[in-house]
Amino acid sequence: MTVFDPDDLQAVWLTLKLAGVVTLLLLFIATPLAWWLAHSRKWYKGAVAALVALPLVLPPTVLGFYLLLLMGPHGIVGELTAALHIGALPFTFTGLVIGSVLFSMPFAVQPIQNAFEAMGKRPLEVAATLRAGRWDRFFSVAVPLARPGFFTAIILAFAHTVGEFGVVLMLGGNIPGETRVLSVAIYNHVEAMEYGAAQWLAGGMVLFSFIVLLGLYLTGGKSWKVTR
Amino acid sequence: MASNKSRWLFALGTLLFAMVIRPVAAGEVNAAVAANFAVPMQQIVELFQKESGHAVKVSLGSSGKFYSQIKQGAPFDVFLSADEKNPKLLEEEGLTVPNSRFVYAFGKLVLWSAQPGYVDDKGAVLGKGGYKKLAYADPKLAPYGFAAKETLEGLGLWDSVQGKLVTGESIAQTYQFAATGNAELAFIALSQITKDGKVSGGSWWLVPASMYSPIRQSAVLLSSAKDKAAAQAFLKFLKSEKAVAIIRNFGYDLH
Repeated sequence: MTVFDPDDLQAVWLTLKLAGVVTLLLLFIATPLAWWLAHSRKWYKGAVAALVALPLVLPPTVLGFYLLLLMGPHGIVGELTAALHIGALPFTFTGLVIGSVLFSMPFAVQPIQNAFEAMGKRPLEVAATLRAGRWDRFFSVAVPLARPGFFTAIILAFAHTVGEFGVVLMLGGNIPGETRVLSVAIYNHVEAMEYGAAQWLAGGMVLFSFIVLLGLYLTGGKSWKVTR
Repeated sequence: MASNKSRWLFALGTLLFAMVIRPVAAGEVNAAVAANFAVPMQQIVELFQKESGHAVKVSLGSSGKFYSQIKQGAPFDVFLSADEKNPKLLEEEGLTVPNSRFVYAFGKLVLWSAQPGYVDDKGAVLGKGGYKKLAYADPKLAPYGFAAKETLEGLGLWDSVQGKLVTGESIAQTYQFAATGNAELAFIALSQITKDGKVSGGSWWLVPASMYSPIRQSAVLLSSAKDKAAAQAFLKFLKSEKAVAIIRNFGYDLH
């Protein structure tokens, strides 16, 4: 029995690539959003926070189904991408990236937001009295202080994307090298009663998840102490 | 205040009581049913319930999944598979009542597009190209997917469509890909687009039955239900003229 066939290895690589791209994008999207949520007093702040948290509650198939409709040729996003000559997004890697960014959003935003909130206004006010500009205050004071939040956000966003299934299943079309990620490959092996192949992948995934979370709890705890 | 509270408690108690002690039907049938048979099943069940007084609980899913679940002791009485393979496997493993297996419908494969006028009645659109995505169900999991693969191979197009294929995990998801317009073309079951004996929309090519191995949708009585009169009555009803009429009305063949 071969342990991993090339298709499965491709799925592993694709999953890591997807999680990497999604995590990087989320850092750029979640940071300003978290900052705004931590500091804004706007009346619609609650609504934005609720929107961000929606994927925590919704079954992934709901998100996947709506994305399939929206990005399809008759959806708003689909018509836009067609007009821009990008082509349809479902069944593509780009489509998966968009779905995953939305799906993992709360896992990136909330830890960073908590870190910003925990730090309070004081350090920034002190920095302001030292004539640090807005951007300087943000990058030299806020970001270093919120480092544990960023750390948690990166790990959770990455791990959550690796573990994603419903959105990918609804949106992906199971194309090798393009949309067939690990969770879908495992599902397919199980469905086809190829329990051997499924076990290798599934077991690897359990081990990976455990190591990631262990790392989070060990080093995450330490970096809290360092910065406190 | 106190009487108000007790009134609420009484109402709540009545509600709970009503939820627990429901009028018990003469008998209950738990049916595991292949997704492509969802709509005809609904009509058959309605009629059966009216005539027999038995109640039928339907679970929809893929035949392969039901096979695994039944093997693990899932509490189903009858299994309406999309193929013959899964019921046969259960039979070999001694999980069905001997000689209870029969073909309740022959599935028909269609090439379908949600766009009217897109598919011609010879299926020539497949060879012409011009489409970006062709959806079919995973041939390892779904009999209609396997039939689609056979058809494409028979047409000599299997290699050339490789870059365009998207795979649904079930025939229901395959339909969804095409119904949302994300795939221009899809191989699905005729029953999925049939309503009251007519195809309900889009354009289609009815793939000639000679191009794929027969899709023998088979039903069995599971051994856990061998003494259950309601389950036996349902399978008998499934063979009756009334049920057969409904099944044909959805585009299935019966020999």
